Amino acid sequence: MSIINNINKVFDHRIRLGIMSILMVNEYADFNMLKELLDVTDGNLASHVKALEAAEYVEVEKQFIGRKPNTRYSTSKLGRAEFKKHIEALEKLIRKS
Amino acid sequence: MESKDYLKDISEIKNLMNKSSRFISLSGLSGIMAGVYALVGAAYAYWLVANSGREYLILDGTIFRLVLLDLVLVALFSVITGIILTTKKAKKHGEKIWDATSRRLVINFLIPLLVGGLYILIILSNQKYGQTGGLMLIFYGLALVNASKYSIGDIRYLGFIEIVLGLAAALYPGLGFWFWVLGFGVMHIIYGTWMYFKYDMN
Repeated sequence: MSIINNINKVFDHRIRLGIMSILMVNEYADFNMLKELLDVTDGNLASHVKALEAAEYVEVEKQFIGRKPNTRYSTSKLGRAEFKKHIEALEKLIRKS
Repeated sequence: MESKDYLKDISEIKNLMNKSSRFISLSGLSGIMAGVYALVGAAYAYWLVANSGREYLILDGTIFRLVLLDLVLVALFSVITGIILTTKKAKKHGEKIWDATSRRLVINFLIPLLVGGLYILIILSNQKYGQTGGLMLIFYGLALVNASKYSIGDIRYLGFIEIVLGLAAALYPGLGFWFWVLGFGVMHIIYGTWMYFKYDMN
């Protein structure tokens, strides 16, 4: 049952998986970029990012571009490792069935 | 039922990874057009030189300036056609033409290309023009290989082919013109056609 153990509860949601997928292949992404790519509402995205942030899988960097506040997200080392484990577990489950 | 969900998850992950990091709306048709422009431009340059009474080009002559203008026009038409057709394709797919992915693509494409362009201009002004065709192919190939990470991966192979043709042109400077025709004309048409059928048809 070790495969099941590698399925990460934190990633067990479409939008969270989406956020991680985007951040895995990009150095960083800002809130609007994530919003556009995932096609979700502000509140929905914010709550899922918070969950990933709480698990310390995602790092947040707040800054100003001119006068506009801008929030940049990137994956943490832990987040990358956990995401990879999660994907491998998914692939194993698919191959098994 | 569950495994079907996981399969959907995986395919969506792949899709998001591609969409967020690569600009894939490049039009195959614009590749074909660039090839056609290159062939027309090359034919005109060939005709110019053949009718100049000399077998070769000399710098500072009218013919040389015309060939240079010819080259600039080929590049200009290719870029304009590329932008128009790619914008069209991006609109059809509901994608933005100027976003983080296309910006990254353009920047990474331009770095080797501009360096190469400057280098060629510098050696041209030193009267060394025997290698121009080969150098254009090599730097263009490097630009393609560099850009392929941010766009359709297949561009990489076109880049390798251009580099090989460029090196071959360096080995046989006398055939530089024909390697240029092959690289910029024929290869663009072949590659553009392949891309058109692979990505644009559906």
